[in-house]
Amino acid sequence: MAKVTMAQALNTALRDALSQDERVLVFGEDVGPLGGVFRITDGLTRDFGEERCFDTPLAESGIVGLAVGMAMGGFRPVVEMQFDAFAYPAFEQIASHVAKLRNRTRGLMSLPMVIRIPYAGGIGGVEHHSDSSEAYYAHTPGLKVVTPATAEDAYWLLRDAVADPDPVVFMEPKKLYWSKQEADLTRRGAAPFGRAAVRRPGRDATLVAYGPSVPVALEAAEVAAGEGVELEVVDLRTIVPFDDETVTASVRRTGRCLVLQEAQGFAGVGAEIAARVQERCFHSLAAPVLRVAGFDIPYPPPKLEHAHLPGVDRVLDAVDRLQFGDTPDLRHLGGRIEGAA
Amino acid sequence: MPGKTTRRTAQGLLPSAAPVRFVAEDGTAVARPPGGYTEPPAGLLREAYRRMVAGRRFDTQATALTKQGRLAVYPSSRGQEACQVAGALVLGEHDWLFPTYRDSVALVARGLDPVQVLTLLRGDWHCGYDPRAVRVAPQCTPLATQVLHAAGMAEALRRSGEPGAVLALVGDGGTSEGDFHEALNFAAVFASPVVFFVQNNKYAISVPLARQSAAPSLAYKGVGYGVPSEQVDGNDLVAVLAVLTAAMERARAGGGPTLVEAHTYRMDAHTNADDATRYRDAAEVEQWAGADPLARLEAHLLARGELTADDVERARAEAETAAADLRAAMDTEPVGDPLELFDHVFAEPTPQLREQRALLAAELTAEEG
Repeated sequence: MAKVTMAQALNTALRDALSQDERVLVFGEDVGPLGGVFRITDGLTRDFGEERCFDTPLAESGIVGLAVGMAMGGFRPVVEMQFDAFAYPAFEQIASHVAKLRNRTRGLMSLPMVIRIPYAGGIGGVEHHSDSSEAYYAHTPGLKVVTPATAEDAYWLLRDAVADPDPVVFMEPKKLYWSKQEADLTRRGAAPFGRAAVRRPGRDATLVAYGPSVPVALEAAEVAAGEGVELEVVDLRTIVPFDDETVTASVRRTGRCLVLQEAQGFAGVGAEIAARVQERCFHSLAAPVLRVAGFDIPYPPPKLEHAHLPGVDRVLDAVDRLQFGDTPDLRHLGGRIEGAA
Repeated sequence: MPGKTTRRTAQGLLPSAAPVRFVAEDGTAVARPPGGYTEPPAGLLREAYRRMVAGRRFDTQATALTKQGRLAVYPSSRGQEACQVAGALVLGEHDWLFPTYRDSVALVARGLDPVQVLTLLRGDWHCGYDPRAVRVAPQCTPLATQVLHAAGMAEALRRSGEPGAVLALVGDGGTSEGDFHEALNFAAVFASPVVFFVQNNKYAISVPLARQSAAPSLAYKGVGYGVPSEQVDGNDLVAVLAVLTAAMERARAGGGPTLVEAHTYRMDAHTNADDATRYRDAAEVEQWAGADPLARLEAHLLARGELTADDVERARAEAETAAADLRAAMDTEPVGDPLELFDHVFAEPTPQLREQRALLAAELTAEEG
């Protein structure tokens, strides 16, 4: 098998989608001859022509609004927002129209379109180039929100997103664009759309992660294993739809849960996951569900981002707070719980 | 495949110095209307008259229905019938309309079922009609966002080689929104077949035009984007029809977008829930009543012998019948199924939506029991 980067996998996915469905169009800022600032659309205009992959004026609301009209007219647009924070001008179009047209037409019109957003930090970007904006989209009913962590998932999830009858916000962890993986993109090994994947089995605690945090989770699990704690790493792959089943099954096995996200913690996706886990797994939990996240601060400048980003140490510190040494004291419950002393 | 953009001189993009007018307020024909537009045929004008009579009656009926609690809210377009009806009449079978919430009369004039048109305003959650079947987008509530969709639909038509063009409706307030400007720019760059039709009714809820824009006229907003523009007397059906027809024909022929500003006036308040006396004088409203578009067309057609007193009576009687039908159809409260609210979020509901639907179903059963 050949080694591919996530960027190459995304480029291949766009090529294959363009080849297989003539309704698919790729457009946005600098996606044409330049191939995008991250080169994800490299060569698409050359190989498929201006009519299939083209540059637009520099206006994000315009790009998304145009895509809405084109999808209403029968196309399947795949648009690129150049950076996470540059997508904000399009937010009204996304929240009020992209997410709602199916509902506003009682199911008579759908919007099969993909909004690709390079997101999150870790590449030393200047201000407004490193936002983790996934919670805004995940909070909006009617949007599917996807974030791959491997090259193989990047390929298959993007193919799935383009084929989906509903709009998908496809969030690409830009620090993983150049990470390489052995992958055969011609044969599907990836899990179905909407299902999480267990990236590393473990018996002692479940570590839920997604997108840019998955490699951090795997590295932390490796270190923890050396210290005798086996972490099970669950990669969400799709934030919406959320795979309660896989997460819940894992936590019921392990009895402990950590949620890792790069985004600031308050009102984030991790908070939702923590709530869902304790709602569903309360009797299986031996410790509170802990969140490991970025801080509630504007994204720091390049030279300070290391202090903000949740790394292996912050995860391991949280593992230490999972109360492995505690014996539950249930005397105040007066034996009201079955099986309690 | 960028469309052929012909860089025009700035002079060639500018609107006529004064609004194009074919018929004066007293119904007499203007000697030489500017712009070299073709006067619409008499048969079309008679049809326009019938639809304006019907549209006016529909509009007053809808406002009356708010008072009886049959409509949650109604944004009236009384006084704007020339724009509403001309906007519907210029549409061919392949053309699309992208309306706002104030364009119900245009939808009725386009032939949509009035009850369906009022679905959203009646308090339902969806637009009430099949947009693809009637080639009318859902009436848009967020301002100017639909103008971009219109540009996108026009691009879809152009790129797929389908016939037809798109008419985007927007108000004077909407021209201040960023999406309006982005739509003009995109459509100009791609030479998309779309006509941007601004009904300048002088108020955005309470804010008068002078607080909205310092442009010589809103039609001047086209020149900066390379969009040929025109301004027209929005209370002169003949002129609006002539100008929009030319713009739509140019769009269908590959000539790209046009911006048309119609000078008109919102005779009623923003909606039935608004109090217009707080921000404008009765004298101003009275003055515009003298420029009424329906009375003007009627006088014009009667004077030219294109319309008889019998025709007038018949048009009014038809409108009364339609209003009575509408009252009868709206006399029942629509019963929505709360569980359907989960059905159109996605093509396939997520497991979480299925759970929540079941939760609500249980709540509803408990309420009944």
